[in-house]
Amino acid sequence: MRDKQIEDLKDYKYGFSTDIESFKAPKGLNEEVIRFISSIKKEPDWLLQWRLKAFERLKVLKEPNWQKPKYPKIDYQDLYYYSAPKSFKEKPKNLEDLDPKLLETYKKLGIPLQEQKRLNGIAVDAVFDSVSVATTFKDTLTEKGIIFCSISEAIQKHPDLVRKYLGSVIPITDHFFATLNSAVFTDGSFVYIPPNVKCPMELSTYFRINASDTGQFERTLIIADKGSYVSYLEGCTAPMRDENQLHAANVELIALDDAEIKYSTVQNWYPGDKDGKGGIYNFVTKRGLCKGKNSKISWTQVETGSAITWKYPSCILKGDNSIGEFYSIAITNNHQKADTGTKMIHLGKNTKSKIISKGISAGKSDMTYRGLVDISKNAANSTNFTQCDSLLMGNKCGAHTVPYIKNKNSNSSIAHEATTSKISEDQLHYCQQRGLNQEEAVGLIVNGFCKEVLQQLPMEFAVEAQKLVGISLEGSVG
Amino acid sequence: MEQKLKTEFEKFISTSNFSNQEIKLKKEALDNFLKNGFPSRKLENWKFSDINQIIQKNIGELAFYNDYSVENEINDDIFIKEIEHNKIVIINGKVERLSFEYEEKDKINLSTLDNFNQNSNDDNSLLSLNNSFSNKIHNILVKKNYSFKKPLVIYQITNEKVSNTNINFQLNFELEENSSIRIINLSDDNSEKNFINNLFNFNLGKNSILKNYKIDKKSNTNIKYDYSSIIQKENSISETFIFSSGSHYIKNEVNCNLEGKYSSAFINGIHLLSKNKHHEIRTKTNHLYENTKSYQLIKSVINDSSKSVYQGKIYVDSKAQKTDGYQLSKALLLNEQAEFNAKPELEIYADDVKCSHGSASGSLDDNSIFYLMSRGLNQKTAKELLINGFLLDVVEKITDDEIKKFLKNMIGLN
Repeated sequence: MRDKQIEDLKDYKYGFSTDIESFKAPKGLNEEVIRFISSIKKEPDWLLQWRLKAFERLKVLKEPNWQKPKYPKIDYQDLYYYSAPKSFKEKPKNLEDLDPKLLETYKKLGIPLQEQKRLNGIAVDAVFDSVSVATTFKDTLTEKGIIFCSISEAIQKHPDLVRKYLGSVIPITDHFFATLNSAVFTDGSFVYIPPNVKCPMELSTYFRINASDTGQFERTLIIADKGSYVSYLEGCTAPMRDENQLHAANVELIALDDAEIKYSTVQNWYPGDKDGKGGIYNFVTKRGLCKGKNSKISWTQVETGSAITWKYPSCILKGDNSIGEFYSIAITNNHQKADTGTKMIHLGKNTKSKIISKGISAGKSDMTYRGLVDISKNAANSTNFTQCDSLLMGNKCGAHTVPYIKNKNSNSSIAHEATTSKISEDQLHYCQQRGLNQEEAVGLIVNGFCKEVLQQLPMEFAVEAQKLVGISLEGSVG
Repeated sequence: MEQKLKTEFEKFISTSNFSNQEIKLKKEALDNFLKNGFPSRKLENWKFSDINQIIQKNIGELAFYNDYSVENEINDDIFIKEIEHNKIVIINGKVERLSFEYEEKDKINLSTLDNFNQNSNDDNSLLSLNNSFSNKIHNILVKKNYSFKKPLVIYQITNEKVSNTNINFQLNFELEENSSIRIINLSDDNSEKNFINNLFNFNLGKNSILKNYKIDKKSNTNIKYDYSSIIQKENSISETFIFSSGSHYIKNEVNCNLEGKYSSAFINGIHLLSKNKHHEIRTKTNHLYENTKSYQLIKSVINDSSKSVYQGKIYVDSKAQKTDGYQLSKALLLNEQAEFNAKPELEIYADDVKCSHGSASGSLDDNSIFYLMSRGLNQKTAKELLINGFLLDVVEKITDDEIKKFLKNMIGLN
C-alpha cells in the first residue's frame, strides 16, 4: 500500500502545481518523502542533495537521552512530514467555537478581538487588514534593501545567499533533531540586512505574509551583513495551539563585522492540561555565529509554554571583540518540564559573554538550567559573567542548575553565580498588607525577580510578557 | 583484560583467607566491574577526567594481583614528629600497624569486617573493583561519648616493590553517639605508575564529629582514585579537607548523606598543581532531612600545563526543607597551558531552601601585583604573596588549631 503511495508521489514530481491545500505527504520518514517535499517546493537540486545528505546522516544518529525531562518514545515513522496549509474551511469560524479558557486568557492579556481571531486562523474582516499593514512595512524594508521573506521564497529568489549560509552555523551533521530538521524542514523566515543598514523596525513573523502554519520543522536564517543591525521577534504572548506535538525548529544567526542581531522569543505553546496530558515538545536548536569582528548576538527568551522545552540558544564568538548575550525567563507550572540554557563558545580574542537566567517552577513541574561556557586557548582576554537564579513554589517541583565551565586561557576570566530560593513570607506579607491579594502579590514579586530579563525585550513585547508571567503562575500559590 | 582479571582474581582468592560469604560478595563485585570496565568520558561523572584513557596512556597494562602475604618494613623516620598521634600504617594496600597508644583501649573496638557494603550505586565501577580486590577491611569503632585524645594519622605508603599495579584499599569508621575523631590521611608514595583505589566509609552517629584531613603532597607518578562516603545522623558534623598536589592524577570524591536533622558537612579543598598533573575533586552532598547544612570551598592554583577539575553537586530532597547549601570554587590560571573545568550543580526539590553556588576562574589580578610592587616587592614575591593569600583562605577554615598549624607548616603557607 505504501509503496503505491510513494509511486504516486513520484508522478507528482514534475506536474504538481495546483490543489496544494488538500495535499498531505504520506506518513513516515524516507527518501521519497524528502524528495517530495523538495519537489513540491520546487527546490534546486543542491538543496535536495543537501537534504538527502542530512537524511543519510540521520540514519546513523541516535536520539539524545542525557536530558532531564524524559518523554515517551517518538515514532518518527508515524508522523506527517508535509501537510499543506489548511484551508479556511477547516478552521474555526467564530470565536465562540474556541475553548473558553483560551478566550479568558486573551482577555487577561488584553489582546484585541480581531487579533484573537487572527491568532486562531479565523478569517478576519476587511477593517482589520493585517495584510495591508504588512505590505506597508514591506515597502519600507525593500527601500532599504532588506530581504524579509519566507525561506522557501528566499530559496527561489536569493539562492546564492541561502546556499552560502544555510547550515553554516548548524551543520547537517549536528545532533539528531537538528539533522532531522535539515532533512525535512518545510518553511520558516529568512532575513538579510545589507551592509551598514539599521533595520528601522522590529521584524516579526507576525507581519510576514503567509506566516501561518509554518509547520513543526521550521527553519530560520538571519544574516546581518557588515555594520548592520536587526531586532527579530519570534512567537507571541498569546497561547498557541498546534496539532503537531513535536516541534524541532532550527534557527541560524550570522553576524558579520560590526553587525548586531537581537533575537527575542516569547513562547507560549500549549503546555498540556493540569494532569500533564498532551502539550507540545519544543526541541529547538538555536545558534548564532559572531563571524566578524566586533559583532554582537543577543538572545532573549521568555518560555512559559510547551509540555517540554528543551533548547539552548547558543553563541559562537569567533570574531575578535565579539559579544554574546543570553537573557532567559523560564516558567514551568503543573506538569511542565524545561531543560534550557545556553552555550557560549569563545574562540576569538577579547570576546565577552553574559548570561542571565531566571527560572521559576511551580506545581509539579521541573526546571533545569544547563549551560556551557567554554573559553578556548586562543580566546585571550575574554570574560564571561553568568547568573542563574531559581525560584521554587511548593515542594513538589524541582529546580536544577547544571553549568559546565571550561577555562583554557589564563588571561580570561569566568564568573558564575547561582541561587535558589523561594518567595519569602516577609515579602508576601508586605505586599498583602498594602492591599494586594496573594496572587497579585506573587505576580509582583515574580516580575521583580524577572525584571533584568524583561527589560531586554522590545517595549510592546515587554508589557505583554509581564502579564504573561503572572498568568503562567496562576493557581500555583495558596 | 577480562581474562587477566579473572585469573588474577582466582589467584588472589586462593592465596588469601576469606570466608565463603566474602568470596561470594567479591565475585559479585568483580562481575559488576567486568560488566562496566573502567569509567570513561562517556559517563557524565567522568566527562572531564577519562580515567580509562589516563590509565592506558600513563600505565599501560595493569596488574591486579597484589601479594598481601609479603611483610613490609616500616621506616619510623616518616612519622610526624610535631604531633603526638595514633597510627595506622598501610603499605601497598596492606595494613601493617594499628597503634592506638594514646587512647583508652575499652573505648575503641578494632575488628575486620566479614560483610561489606556493595556500594554499587550509580555508575561507579571503581567501587566494585575495590570491593573485589581489597584485602580484609578493618573497622574502627569509636564508642559512645568517647573523644579521641590525639589525632589518628593514616600513613598510606607505597614502596618501590610495586609498579604498574592496581592497589585497592578500604577502611571503615563507625562513630557512636557523642564521639569524635580527628584524622590525618597522609600519602607517602615511593612507587611509580600504580593505580591506587581507596575507599573510606564513615558512619556518623548522633552528635558525633569527624574531622578528616587528606594530604597528598609528595610528587609521584601514581594515579589515584579516592572515594569517601560519609553518612550522618542527627546533629553530627563532618569536616573534610583535601590538599591535592603530589600525584600525577587524583580524583577525590566525597559523597555525603545528611540523614539526620541539624547535621552539617563541610568540604574544603586545595589543588596546587604543576607540570602536567590532572586533579579533580567531586563532591556530592545529599540533603535528605530538614534543617541540614553543607558548605564547600575549593581553590585551585594551576601552573604549567596542569589541569584542575571541580564537580560539585548539592542535592536537596523534597523532605529537606530549611536546607542551607553553599558552594564556591575559585581557580587561578598561572600559565597559558593551564586549564580549569568546573561543573557546580544544584538539584533541588524543596522550596524553603537557601542554596547558592559560585565559580570564578582567571589570572592573578594585575592591580594587586602592581600595588605590592609599588611597595617594594619584586614581581615574584608579589605573586607568591597573592597565591599564598588565595590558598590560606581555605586552610584557615580548618577548625582544629593543632592540625591547622602543622598543615600550614607542611604545605608551606604562613
